[in-house]
Amino acid sequence: MVANHDIHLTVRKGTVHALVGENGAGKSTLMKILYGMQKPDEGTIAVDGEQVAFGSPADAIARGIGMVHQHFMLADNLTVLENTVLGSEKLHGIGGGARRKIKEISERYGLGVRPDVLVESLGVADRQRVEILKVLYRGARTLILDEPTAVLVPQEVDALFANLRELKSEGLAVIFISHKLGEVLSVADEITVIRRGTTVGTAVPAETTPRQLAEMMVGSELPTPETAESTVTDRPVIEVENLTVHAAGASLGEVAEASDVTAPAASGGTGAVPTAPTDADVRRVLDDVTFTIHAGEVMGIAGVEGNGQTELIDALIGTRHADSGTLRFLGEDITPWPTRRRREQGVGYIPEDRHRQGLLLEAPLWENRILGHVTEKPNAKGFWLDPKGAQADTRRIVEEYDVRTPGIDVTAASLSGGNQQKLIVGREMSHSPTFLIAAHPTRGVDVGAQAQIWDRIREARREGLAVLLISADLDELIGLSDTLRVIYNGRLVADADPATITPEELGSAMTGAAAGHLEHDESGAPSGATEAAPEDEAR
Amino acid sequence: MKKFDKERVLLAVAGPVIALVLAIALTSVVLLASDRNPFEPYRLMLQQASYSDVQVLIVNQASMYYIAAIAVALGFRMNLFNIGVDGQYRLAVVMTAVVGANVALPNFLQIPLLLLVAMGTGALWAGIAGALKVTRGVSEVVATIMLNSIATAVIGYVTLAHVWGVQLGNNMTTGVMRKSGWIPGIDLGADVGEIYGLVFLAILLGIGYWLVLNRTRFGFDLRATGASETAAAASGVNAKRMVFLSMVISGAVAGLAGLPLLLGDTHTYSLSFPAGLGFTAIGIALLGRNNPGGIALAALLWALLDKASPALDYATPVAYEKEIATIMQGLIVFAVVISYEAVRQWGLRRQQKRVGAELAAAARNTDKKEVAAR
Repeated sequence: MVANHDIHLTVRKGTVHALVGENGAGKSTLMKILYGMQKPDEGTIAVDGEQVAFGSPADAIARGIGMVHQHFMLADNLTVLENTVLGSEKLHGIGGGARRKIKEISERYGLGVRPDVLVESLGVADRQRVEILKVLYRGARTLILDEPTAVLVPQEVDALFANLRELKSEGLAVIFISHKLGEVLSVADEITVIRRGTTVGTAVPAETTPRQLAEMMVGSELPTPETAESTVTDRPVIEVENLTVHAAGASLGEVAEASDVTAPAASGGTGAVPTAPTDADVRRVLDDVTFTIHAGEVMGIAGVEGNGQTELIDALIGTRHADSGTLRFLGEDITPWPTRRRREQGVGYIPEDRHRQGLLLEAPLWENRILGHVTEKPNAKGFWLDPKGAQADTRRIVEEYDVRTPGIDVTAASLSGGNQQKLIVGREMSHSPTFLIAAHPTRGVDVGAQAQIWDRIREARREGLAVLLISADLDELIGLSDTLRVIYNGRLVADADPATITPEELGSAMTGAAAGHLEHDESGAPSGATEAAPEDEAR
Repeated sequence: MKKFDKERVLLAVAGPVIALVLAIALTSVVLLASDRNPFEPYRLMLQQASYSDVQVLIVNQASMYYIAAIAVALGFRMNLFNIGVDGQYRLAVVMTAVVGANVALPNFLQIPLLLLVAMGTGALWAGIAGALKVTRGVSEVVATIMLNSIATAVIGYVTLAHVWGVQLGNNMTTGVMRKSGWIPGIDLGADVGEIYGLVFLAILLGIGYWLVLNRTRFGFDLRATGASETAAAASGVNAKRMVFLSMVISGAVAGLAGLPLLLGDTHTYSLSFPAGLGFTAIGIALLGRNNPGGIALAALLWALLDKASPALDYATPVAYEKEIATIMQGLIVFAVVISYEAVRQWGLRRQQKRVGAELAAAARNTDKKEVAAR
């Protein structure tokens, strides 16, 4: 991580203090220091005017500092109560006392947590509330929330903010880390901006616009995701027809077919053989998905995470096979093609989890440049690798995409998230793809890099690139897409015109509340129009 | 840029050096605890190692360790733990010995045939574990351990008198191989000995290992799969095919491990043929960090401990137990695992810090202008 230097941060009781900054600016390091996970080399921390030194998170907790991590740390197979008391059994026991305490906290701050449900049955927003409750249960007076809204839809964000206001009115201090500047401005009382490891300034939300704040973060002017003119052509690049994928474990095609005849095994031993074929026996993570993306078109897919986006990406790139349906790429049936052939033929891939799918973290940058394109120039000459070519091209990518690194021999792990992402985008764009799968292309990326990545996508789109854009950032989806679809429960349930739709309307469709064609003036209500043919909305 | 290169060399060397120092220190502690001179045995062993006849023994032994360790390392690079190298090379030696004793071809055909038989046997034996893993999800660790036992049983059967076994004195052998299959060594004189011809095969294998892994597409895919299976899959590697292939290749290399001795010296398989090479090789591959140069050094060190220690038993004026070398080997493996992980984590953290520091320094320069503009 980037070393912090000269950080000044004062958080007052009863306030929400937002901490914003580019990726790699040092926010995480700062939070780790505050939470006792890392020791500062210099400087002091004072809590309630008293100087403290934290050796471990336990010390921080004892001082009333609690942290809600970006990735939840809950045991799925335990109940909310069990998760809460885990590790703090001494506070209020594990039985009635603990339950009373949880209920009390929950009511006091309006968290609405039920102590006896299993965590695995909870949604993302509920889990987050459990995490907050866990921290409060341990007596925290200062809460650190690391990008709490990254996983939430707009409605859930509002609910979270209501909770935060509740906390603050009770005299707690909240440190709120976020990339989404609009949210920061709406919830924070004070804002501290960090750039390249140091505090560059503070802002008062009432007198600041998101733009000013962003410019403070990057130290320069920045653009917006809006695509200017439409570049959509009528030349289909990727055509997906009736794509269906079963849940893992039931993905054996035979199960579905067998159930058509007698439905014996799959019905889970209920005995009675249903007369009708029971498709429901096999959970479909992708159900009858049909769409076409044309050259020069960006199709955005909106949806709450876990509604089939991952499976759709996997099916398109070929790491998962379609149980039925066909994929056509430039008119050719690519359904049986293996991943490598798809990539060689011009399918670019910006994976949703760059650490797991996009990079070899402990390999140098230039080897990461080869990843995914090992058979192509400049990485290979026939059977042999071409390290020289790959290294030269990595230097070019580092230069063109402004990957901030001291060299191409450092490991990918030593770069910050945004720079890793820039490297991936640069790599994929270097092979001039005809179809790009872009999953969360700017997730965890700072505003400066975000604008760059958007520019690259727009540029390629002008030259006829077809893009499937999957993102949790609704502004990005609306700003970048030519066509919008909403995925819910493995189905494409709604479509919308990005020119008129608002994030709120899209958000409600993502929870399954609306279907069909979304019209703006009906404020997100279902318009009754059935799913139009995909070609229709490609303007 | 140069700075990082030096850094990498430092990191690569730090692990083994720390491990060796630690192992030597611990061995000295053991010696002290048993009221022995804590340094004398090292001196005695080094003295042994300075004799040319012992050096020949060391090189010969190291060549076999080297081949077996390369086989293990191939698996390691892929995150596969081929514990079955032991069974693979023993079975391969028996099959080669049997073919060598029963097939008579001219020299230029016989030797390639024997090499192919050895590689094929090893590949087949490892391939069973590979196939099980790919089709049924059986852990290669379990499968190869069991295949080791099965190999022992198969060898027992093959060497029965009514199959291919030949009784020689009170030793069961597979009969003496045809001369056309013998590989001549480098004779260094009567009292020094002979370096096996297949030592050069070991060197070639090391070069081939490096070339394939670092300079071919296949090698990149293999390393990528070992580093991150998910990233490799997304990059278009067929993971199952890769698992199977690397298992087969590892087995083929393992099959060659016993040949320097078989074709260069004994010319028959007998009950006294060395066993356990495959297990020793795991430690050697670990110590050598899966790097062909490192493995060579590790193999030489291991062979040195093996061949220089017997003299400890009749050293004058004070004799030491030769098992000191075994203790040391065990401690090395121990220390290696610990020190490598520590050095790896330290290196990663250090690099992250450096990258951060360099970027921050660069940023400060540009910042000055921005501050003025704001």
